Amino acid sequence: MNRPTNTAPAGQSARTDVSGFESQFVSFWIGKQLLGVPVKIVQEVLNPQDIARTPRARREIAGLLNLRGQIVTAVCLRRRIGMPDLEADRRSMNVVVRHAGESFSLLVDDVGDVIDVSNQAMDAVPPMLDPAWRGITNGIYRLDERLFVVVNVGAILNLAS
Amino acid sequence: MLPASDSNALRQFIADNWAELNVLDDHIAAVQTNAADPGAYSGLLRTVHTINCMSGLIGLPKLGEVAWATESVLRKVRDGELETSRDNIALILRSAAELKRLLHVLEASGKESEEAAADLIQQLECIAAVSLSGGEQIPASGTEPRDSREAERPSAESVAALAQDALETQPVSVAQAAASDGAQLEQSGGDNLGAKANKVTDLSIRVHVDVLDSLMNLVGELVLTRNQLLQLARGDDESKYTAPITLLNRVTTDLQEGVMKTRMQPIGSVWSTMPRIIRDLRQTTGKQIELEMRGNETELDRTVLEAIRDPLTHMIRNSADHGLETPEVRRKKGKSETGTIKLDAYHEGGHVIISIADDGAGINVKRVREKAIAQGLVTEADAARMPEHEMLRFIFRPGFSTAQQVTSLSGRGVGMDVVKTSIEKIGGTVDLSSVADKGTSVRIRIPLTLAIVSALVVESGGESFAIPQLGVVELVRLAAEEKHRIEHIHNNEVFRLRHRLLPLIRLDSVVQLPSNRTDDSDVNIVVVQVGNQQFGLIVDRVFDTEEIVVKPMGSLLKDIAIYQGTTILGDGRVIMILDVSGIATEIGLSSMASELAESADRGQDSDTTNLLCFNAGDGRSMSVPLSLVSRLEEVPSERIETAGDREVVQYRGDLLPLIPVHGYSRRDANREIQPVIVFQENGCAMGLMVNEIEDIVEDRLVIRMPSRQPGVVGTAIINDRATEIVDAHHYVIQANPDWFHHNHWRPSLRILLAEDSVFFRQLMTTSLISDGHQVKATGDGQDAIDVLERDTQFDVVLSDIEMPGVDGLNFVRWIRSKPQFKDLPVIAISGNTKPSMEADALRAGFTHFMRKFDPLELKNLLLELSANHSQKGASA
Repeated sequence: MNRPTNTAPAGQSARTDVSGFESQFVSFWIGKQLLGVPVKIVQEVLNPQDIARTPRARREIAGLLNLRGQIVTAVCLRRRIGMPDLEADRRSMNVVVRHAGESFSLLVDDVGDVIDVSNQAMDAVPPMLDPAWRGITNGIYRLDERLFVVVNVGAILNLAS
Repeated sequence: MLPASDSNALRQFIADNWAELNVLDDHIAAVQTNAADPGAYSGLLRTVHTINCMSGLIGLPKLGEVAWATESVLRKVRDGELETSRDNIALILRSAAELKRLLHVLEASGKESEEAAADLIQQLECIAAVSLSGGEQIPASGTEPRDSREAERPSAESVAALAQDALETQPVSVAQAAASDGAQLEQSGGDNLGAKANKVTDLSIRVHVDVLDSLMNLVGELVLTRNQLLQLARGDDESKYTAPITLLNRVTTDLQEGVMKTRMQPIGSVWSTMPRIIRDLRQTTGKQIELEMRGNETELDRTVLEAIRDPLTHMIRNSADHGLETPEVRRKKGKSETGTIKLDAYHEGGHVIISIADDGAGINVKRVREKAIAQGLVTEADAARMPEHEMLRFIFRPGFSTAQQVTSLSGRGVGMDVVKTSIEKIGGTVDLSSVADKGTSVRIRIPLTLAIVSALVVESGGESFAIPQLGVVELVRLAAEEKHRIEHIHNNEVFRLRHRLLPLIRLDSVVQLPSNRTDDSDVNIVVVQVGNQQFGLIVDRVFDTEEIVVKPMGSLLKDIAIYQGTTILGDGRVIMILDVSGIATEIGLSSMASELAESADRGQDSDTTNLLCFNAGDGRSMSVPLSLVSRLEEVPSERIETAGDREVVQYRGDLLPLIPVHGYSRRDANREIQPVIVFQENGCAMGLMVNEIEDIVEDRLVIRMPSRQPGVVGTAIINDRATEIVDAHHYVIQANPDWFHHNHWRPSLRILLAEDSVFFRQLMTTSLISDGHQVKATGDGQDAIDVLERDTQFDVVLSDIEMPGVDGLNFVRWIRSKPQFKDLPVIAISGNTKPSMEADALRAGFTHFMRKFDPLELKNLLLELSANHSQKGASA
C-alpha cells in the first residue's frame, strides 16, 4: 500500500478527540492483550467467515471475504504484529473497518465490549513497547484492571514497510 | 446536406444540442435582465460557440454560419468592443431565435434548413466588422461614416428595421422580448413545430455516465445473487421457490441485458466524424476518395467506444493520406480514379470486428524493409529472407517511420504502435494485411463490454481461479498416457501444438501453491494468448465458463501482477481473476520479451542453416550451427585423461579440454568411443562431449524460446522436434577460463538508463546486461535524478531526449550542475533525427549522441568508455 495514511504517527495523537462518540472504541483480544479501534470506523463485527485465500499475497493478508457482495480484504492481526497464528481449532472473528474508502476485515481472536473512555486521557505510546506493537499503536488507556491499546488502522494496513 | 447514413449522428447531434439550447434560453434571459453588462453575454457566447463547433464537426453549414456570425458579435460585445445598444441586443436575440429555428427544422425533418436568414448573417457580420476603438461609441444614426468600411455598416435605424422585419416573421416578437425584459422568448420558433409527435428530444434524456456505471455495478451484484440462488435451488424441483427463482432468473438476465444496453452506443457515433475528415483530406491531398461505411448501428460499450475513437481516426487518415494514390497514379495502374475506403463493423462471437480497408497502393514492403534495416531492427541479409507478413509487423514498432514524410510509407507507421497499444489496452487485437496495388486492410477485434466478462474457472493447488475467456485460445487435454507429448527443455516444459512450440507453465507454481497432480492424472492445458505470444497454463481441473463481474483488486493486493481483479462466483466464493499478460510478463514471456527474443535471434537465424544435430542422452535433442563446428572427433574413452578437475585429450601434440554438454555424463554412458564436437574460437579449442551425433540437417533456424540456461541459446524446432541450440561460445570460455583475460577484455560498467518507452527500456536493459553491465533503468529524467541523488556511483548515464516531465536535455543540465558529476559520461539516445538535435544535445551537456536502435554502436562506445574508465581506475 503506497497511499500515505492520514493518521498521525504514534505518540503524537495523545489527548485528542476524547468526547462522546469519539471516545468509544470497539475492543478485541489478541492473545491476552485488549486492543481497540474507534467505533466510528467500524463497519461491522462478524463471526468467523469463509475466507478465500489469495496466493502470492503477503503473509499478513489472510484472504478475501464476501460481505454481501462486497469483497473485503482480511488482514490477520496476529501475523501483522508478529505473533504466532491462532491454534488450529479456533477461528478468528472479523472486525470490519473502513479505511481510505475501502473495507478491511481485521482478524482478531475475540471481540469484546464497546469501551467508553470519555473521562480519561490517552497516554502516549511508551517508548519501551515492543517495536512491532509500537508501530501500530496510537496510544494507551489505563483501564481499571488492564491496559487498553488503541491501534492505528492506517498503520496496520500500511504493509509496505 | 447530410447523407442519409448520418441520421444516427444527426439524432445524437440534436439530442446534444437540445441541452445546449435549454442553456441558451437561460443565457438569453440573463442577457435580457442585464443587457447593459457585457459580462452577461459570456454564457451565451459559450453556448453559441459550442453550437458552432458541433455544427462544424457534423457538417451543418447553415447552422454553422449563423452560429459563427453570432459568436463573432457576442465576442465583441463581451470584450466591450461593441456597445450593448438596444439594436445590437435585438440582433443577438434574433440570432439566438434563428439558431433555435434551424435546430427545430433539423429535428423535424432530419435535414438542415435550406434557407438560413442570409440577411441576418450579413448583418451580424457587418456589426462584427465594426469595433469600438479607444472607448468611442458607435456613431449615432445619421453621423457620417468615417471610412469606407464603416460605410458598409448599416445605420442603427436600418438595423432596427431589419430586426423588426425579422420579428414580424417570427411568431413572437423578439424585439418586444428584448425591450420588455423577460418576455417569453423561448416560445419563438418552437411552438409551431412543438406539437409534432416523436420528437427526438422527447425520446432521449441525458444521464450521467456515473449513474449508468453504478447501475451496472448493482446489476452485477444482482447477477451474483441470482447465481447463488440458482445454485441453492438446483436439484430441488419440488421446492416452492423454484418457480419464483426461475422468474427472477429470467428478469435478471433481461435487466442485465437492458442495463448493458444503456451503455451501448452505435459505432456510428464515432464514425460520424469520418466523412468530414475525408472531405478535408480530399481537399488537402487532391485525391478522390469515397468512404463506404457499413454496420453503423453496431453497438459497443461506451468505454470501449471512447477507447477506439482516436485509433480509428488515425487509421482512416493513414488510409486516405498514405494508402490511396492520386487519381493520375490510379489511372496508370488501371484502377478507377476514385479510391475507396471501407469501414465495416459487425459482431462476431462476443467481439466486435472493425475493419478499415482501402484499395490503395498497399504498404510498400520494400520501404519497410529498408527502414527496418536503417533503424537497425534487422540485418540486411535477414531482412531479405523475412516473409512479407513478418516484415509488416515492424509497422507496429514504436518510433517506426517517424522520419521524413516524403515516402508513401512514412506516416503509414506513425502512431501504429499507439493504435496497437490502445486497442490492446481494452483487450482487443489488431491485424494488418496488405497486398501491393490492391490495398491495405486493418482488422480490429475488440470485446463488447468490459464490466461483465465470461471467464473460465479453473483449479490449481486446491484453489479456484478465473481466466477471462478473452485470453483463452483453446483447451488441450492430455490423457495420462499421452503425457510424453510434453517435452522437456531443462526445467521448462513445452508442448508442440500444430507445429507451434508452446511453452507450458504450471499454474500452481505461478501462484506458489503445492502441486496436487499425480502421475496418472490427465493434463489440462489452457492455451492463452498475450499479444502475439501463446503459452499453455497447466491447471489441475477445468470447470465451466461463468459470467463474472470484474471487481477491482483491494489496495493491499494491487501489487500482485498475476491478478487483474477478483470476483464472486455463483456459490458465493470469492476467487481471483488471473491476468494472463501479468503471468506472461512475470515468467518473461510477454510479447515484449518475445519481440526481443525475435530481434535478438534474427542475428543468427536464416531460412536454411546447416545444423549439426546430436543428443545429450535421455533423448534430449540439441544442435549447433555447423559453421561454428571446427571438426568432429571420435575419441576412444581410454585416451581421455584427467588433469586437475578437468578432462582432456592429447591431440596433435596439444591438450584439448573436454567438457560434457550440459546434462550429459560420460561415466553414465560408459562407452568405448566418445563422440566429441570440436569448437575453435580465437585460437582456443575445446571438445564438447555428447551422447551421440545424429545428423546434419538443413533447416530454418528460428529460436522460438530464448533460454536462460548457460550454454543454450534457446529452443528451435528442427526437423519437427523441439531442439536446444547450443551456445558454442559458452563452452569455449568454460574450457579456457583464461581466454577472456588474454583475448577479450569484458567491460562491466554501472549504467543509469533513462528512457520513457517501456519497450526501448527493456530492449536496452537486456542488451546492456547481456554485455556484462549493471543497469539501473528509470522511466524519465526525474526518476533518474532521484536515483543519482541517492547513488552517485554510476560510470555512464544513457538518456533518451524526448521524455515526459524532465526531458533528457533538462536531465543532463541537472547533471552538469552538480560538481560530482562533471566528468560523468552522458550518452544521448534519441530517435529524433532532426539535425539540430545533436547540436542541442551536446550543448546541453551530453558527451555523446546516438540514434536509437544501434546496439553495436552503443557497445563499441561503452567499450571505449570502459577502457578510459579502467585506466582511470588503475591510475587512481
